[in-house]
Amino acid sequence: MSVTAIDQILAFVRERYPQAEIDASQDIFALGFVNSLFAMELVMFVEKTFEVTIPNEELRIDNFRTADTMATLVARLAPDAAAA
Amino acid sequence: MTLTDPAPAAPIAPAAGRVTDRRSARAFVDTHVVPRADAYDREGRVPEDLLSQVAEAGLWAPFLPPGSGGIGMDMVTLGEVHEEVGRGCSSLRSLLTVHTMVAWTVQRWGTAAQRDRWTPALGSGAVLGAFCLSEPGAGSDTAGITTTAVESGGGWVLNGVKTWTTGGQRADLFLVFARTAASIGAFLVGRDAPGVRVRPIDDMLGTRASMLAEISFEDVELGPDALLGPSGFTAGMVLTGTLDLGRYSVAAGSLGILQACLEASSAYAAHRRVGGSPLRDLPLIQAKLSDMVTDARAARLLLAEAGRLKDAGDSATLMATWIAKYFASTAAVRHAAEAVQIHGANGCSPDFPVARLYRDAKVMEIIEGSNEIQRITIAGQAEREKTPCP
Repeated sequence: MSVTAIDQILAFVRERYPQAEIDASQDIFALGFVNSLFAMELVMFVEKTFEVTIPNEELRIDNFRTADTMATLVARLAPDAAAA
Repeated sequence: MTLTDPAPAAPIAPAAGRVTDRRSARAFVDTHVVPRADAYDREGRVPEDLLSQVAEAGLWAPFLPPGSGGIGMDMVTLGEVHEEVGRGCSSLRSLLTVHTMVAWTVQRWGTAAQRDRWTPALGSGAVLGAFCLSEPGAGSDTAGITTTAVESGGGWVLNGVKTWTTGGQRADLFLVFARTAASIGAFLVGRDAPGVRVRPIDDMLGTRASMLAEISFEDVELGPDALLGPSGFTAGMVLTGTLDLGRYSVAAGSLGILQACLEASSAYAAHRRVGGSPLRDLPLIQAKLSDMVTDARAARLLLAEAGRLKDAGDSATLMATWIAKYFASTAAVRHAAEAVQIHGANGCSPDFPVARLYRDAKVMEIIEGSNEIQRITIAGQAEREKTPCP
């Protein structure tokens, strides 16, 4: 698993929610601040940062619960980007 | 393809007469739209011959890829094109806006089969799209949607009423947002589906030629392929993304109104004389014109920033678009009022376009999210990010 991808994802979430204290395995949905707007921002961030296209069937909540699961998704869609 | 770049297209040579940029859009609008925009407003509809000319110019969905009727136009250029159309006629620009929202949503969120079925016809304008979100009891408050889509026999049954549907009198395909068991879903519904009824809405304050309608859905049976986009937690993204693009187009259209106010006022002030001198020599008139120039440039920069962020797939485009729409629409209202003032009684008459511009401008502060909602969202975003001054 790429530490870089996880760090980038965590940095994005923390930038949006500086008050949130999260780590890579924490369920961000359980924190209660994810809405459809942030979900879209999150998807756009992942697509742009890792140069991937997330197909509809991968837009499942389990893929976006934690920085770990998002990095796993990135690794599945673009192994080179996740390992960079 | 990304969320904001649905059409990574190879460059192609556009056909002659096709709108490809601001310059060609301006020429098209000056030739085909400006001379008759006031007549459209009075008649309460955009005529079929203009809709056909829009199709011939490739204006319906130029951002779609080649093969789907588009030329892969980037979002910055699309904003410029919609500004030019809005300069000529807000009703036509409104039709472009909702069609753009439908075509983009199919392109971005549709399955391969949905794209194959719909995008060529949407790109050519053979099928016109309309966006159905507002209801009699819920406008900007999307949480109040009561239209339902219930799974049945592998498909869906749709019930509810949508209103203020721009282009609803003319559209062939409705993009309907309805409450499902899990979330709010987006559904493609043909106008000819049994149970769909269209009731024209006329005599609105502004954008009077945009052919508004109330659309009723009574036990409308839809196949499984009617659902567009993902289900579950990201379903709201379809609505968010669609509204974002609509808001971008409305921001561009608002800027177009402002530019039209400036051009009309400048021309009037140059010819109208008071006390033996042109109106434009009066300092108070100069102040109004200089404020129009300044706000038009500021709005254009905000719009271009939002467009560049869309082209880059940057999520910051959402806030940039809210700000652009808020600024451009309020500036359009402010300056349309001043444009009428500069024209005096002539500005209140049907002989000058500024009365239409004044009425159309007000609509921009309400559609695609009222400006009150925009301000709440902008403030909330700034508070959330704690970075109001990047």
